[in-house]
Amino acid sequence: MSVVAPVPRGTLGARVGRSAIDWIPPAMVLVLGILLWEGLVRGLDVQRFLLPAPSAILDTLREERDLLWSAGIYTFTEALGGWVIGSALGVLSAIVLARFRSLGRALMPFAIAANAVPIIAFAPITNQWFGPLEKTSKMAIAAILVFFPVMVNTLRGLTSVRPQSIELMRSYAAGEIETLRRVRIPNSLPFLFSALKVATVLAMIGAVVGEYFLSSQEALGFQIRNSAALFQFELAWAAITVASVLGILFYSAVALVERRALRWHPSSRSE
Amino acid sequence: MTQAAAVSITGLSKRFERGDVLALDRIDLDVQPGEFVSLIGPSGCGKSTLLRIIGDLIRPTDGDVLVNGKSAHQARLDRDYGIVFQDAVLYDWRTVAKNIALPLEMAGWGRRRRESRVQEMLDLVELSGFQKHHPWQLSGGMQQRVSIARALSFSPPLLLMDEPFGALDEMTRERMNNELLRIWQETLSTVVFVTHSIAESVFLSTRVAVMSARPGRIAGIVAIDLPQPRGPDTREHPHFAELITQVRRLLRKGHALDAPEEDETPLYVAEEGL
Amino acid sequence: MSSAAAARPLVDSRREAQLSALKSGALSLLVLIVLCSLWEAYKWFGERVELTRPFPVNDRTMPHIHDMVGQLFEPSRRNGPLLIDVLLDAAAFTAKEAAAGFLLGAVVGFAIAVVLSESRLLQRGFLPYIVASQTIPILAIAPMVVVWVNPKLPEPLEGWGAVSVIAAYLTFFPVTINTLRGLQSADPRALELMRSYAASRWRILWKLRIPASFPYLFTALKIAAPASVVGAIIGELPSSIQGGLAGAILNFNQYYITSPESLWATNIIAAGLGILFFAVVAIAERLLVRRAPEHVA
Repeated sequence: MSVVAPVPRGTLGARVGRSAIDWIPPAMVLVLGILLWEGLVRGLDVQRFLLPAPSAILDTLREERDLLWSAGIYTFTEALGGWVIGSALGVLSAIVLARFRSLGRALMPFAIAANAVPIIAFAPITNQWFGPLEKTSKMAIAAILVFFPVMVNTLRGLTSVRPQSIELMRSYAAGEIETLRRVRIPNSLPFLFSALKVATVLAMIGAVVGEYFLSSQEALGFQIRNSAALFQFELAWAAITVASVLGILFYSAVALVERRALRWHPSSRSE
Repeated sequence: MTQAAAVSITGLSKRFERGDVLALDRIDLDVQPGEFVSLIGPSGCGKSTLLRIIGDLIRPTDGDVLVNGKSAHQARLDRDYGIVFQDAVLYDWRTVAKNIALPLEMAGWGRRRRESRVQEMLDLVELSGFQKHHPWQLSGGMQQRVSIARALSFSPPLLLMDEPFGALDEMTRERMNNELLRIWQETLSTVVFVTHSIAESVFLSTRVAVMSARPGRIAGIVAIDLPQPRGPDTREHPHFAELITQVRRLLRKGHALDAPEEDETPLYVAEEGL
Repeated sequence: MSSAAAARPLVDSRREAQLSALKSGALSLLVLIVLCSLWEAYKWFGERVELTRPFPVNDRTMPHIHDMVGQLFEPSRRNGPLLIDVLLDAAAFTAKEAAAGFLLGAVVGFAIAVVLSESRLLQRGFLPYIVASQTIPILAIAPMVVVWVNPKLPEPLEGWGAVSVIAAYLTFFPVTINTLRGLQSADPRALELMRSYAASRWRILWKLRIPASFPYLFTALKIAAPASVVGAIIGELPSSIQGGLAGAILNFNQYYITSPESLWATNIIAAGLGILFFAVVAIAERLLVRRAPEHVA
């Protein structure tokens, strides 16, 4: 019986299940940061326009919570919808391109170029397409923003399988679809999730910038602009805070799903 | 266990288009059912290519390959062989048990039947109790044993092995050799085994086919008449060293047929990103 | 290479490389033509069938591609300069902001990565906020940044310098994350070798970690370069800065009904700018960094 030399479960556990110790440094930074912020704003008498004190923002959050909540949900729905549509299309396209490899190779330079294009400049056009007051116009631009990174990453995951894995499948007389199902797709999950996380941020950007060009009054982006225009800066900053918090929650939700789906993964794949 | 397969290779040649390389040149080789035949030769001589042609993973340019009385292609479709690579090629997202069960799932075996066979295999390779482990939790030697268990799980009449112990240290390698022989004697399948190691080939095989440098030809075949069943003390058998010398001589001869510099370029470089 | 191939002259391999480059160029051109044809085909079909889902198809929502390109060579307004001149000026303006932002963001990002790589504690403390920083809608913050930064800028930078800061905000993040990974990617055996020379921490950083991070750095720069363009455009949008591409977008968005092609043409130019930035970094990478070819299709 050979000597067992497995990787001790400890490292895996420490990575998957965060111990309390891990949380202390960022928590400390947060507390210190807020204290510093409050102190500087009061001490240097910073213009309200630029940066209100955290206490002022907190008050506004509490007072206007209904308004901010509904606006937040409105914008988040746009981002979520765009994220779902863009990711679904991205994954499907990647599967097709992985199957028809020559097509994928021919289209690759265009995918790379598309990643470099400032897609956000396209937002006014999606507004024209779907109507600026509709949610769908913002979902569309978010979906376009999300589509490309998801497709490129998923494609990379589907095709970066070791050749011997494929040979193994061939030795089992497996067809393309079985190989896709049993090998390529599980192999691509780390890549996919990496892209999905980035995509949450992109989707929020798409929604908010899309709203800038024109949007329904219920949208968060509208709130930010409107309140700034009315010199209600605490409200503007409260709205900004809401947008940021939603973005963080969105990202974290996907990260959580990733951790469960990739429980088998020996190393952590960082973004 | 199912009957062991015979492998019959006649006039086999393989030319790769890329670089216009003649990898194999009119190979003739017959493997009897139940035999353990090693393929040994310098780097780039095409032994891995030959193995893959037997497994219908590469198509030959010329010649015939019959496996278990059928064409290599049909044998692959009928799943007449199991293959073990130098890299264990286990799937990280599956447990050890699930990895071994993979070909059984694909063959449509029922759950209960799969589970009992997996247990049998784990016992065979002496890894019982590791069902729920994941590949990265195992050492290299253990991973290879799982790979072997997987290859044998559906009792194929033929086992193809491509330098399966090449990545292991000497002591583990020797131990794995003993294990493999024991398993072979229990399953009675035919084995075609590619290796770099002269001692390993002599220890394991009934015959050793020595290949020349590229283009690969059979430089000679050494019949290994060491007594069966073999064990750790076989290495100390007086005839053992002589047989090693015979193989070495053939290697040198096959080597000298071509350019003095060793052509080390890996011949079969599987395309990454398949 | 096998002995047969080694005997072939060197000229052949260079010619082979040129030939394959030509082939892939032709292929890309073909794909471009096919994509444009698909556009026109969808337009033709949509108008014929009076498609309304996902959006109504007409000359306003889907101008002809040749009209979009042709519009570039029309005056941008009555008796005004050609559209392409206007747009190229705007692009140059935005490019200036983006380039400055790219430089600033790359330097800052790199510096942050170096600091974080040397201290586990700082890393754990600050990394979550660095990631979270990208969730703050910079579009909303842009006017504040402009108001705050502009007065502090010297003469030549005034008016557009603040936008560079915003562009830098989008740029520093990928640089930090990737460079951090790169700095930590040094081969442990190389590290041991350095320690056996009793090399100081600084020297290890300088001679080993930083060079090891270059491939990662360039990967990041390829992402950061187009991001700086996006940042510049987003920064211009709410900041009443007329000279750049955002101004052009807003302008032609206003006049979309009368001339939809102009907005599309603006998008084409903006796309070109993003691709240009990417290409510059990609070429720099090929010249400056020698690395093993990627084993991925």
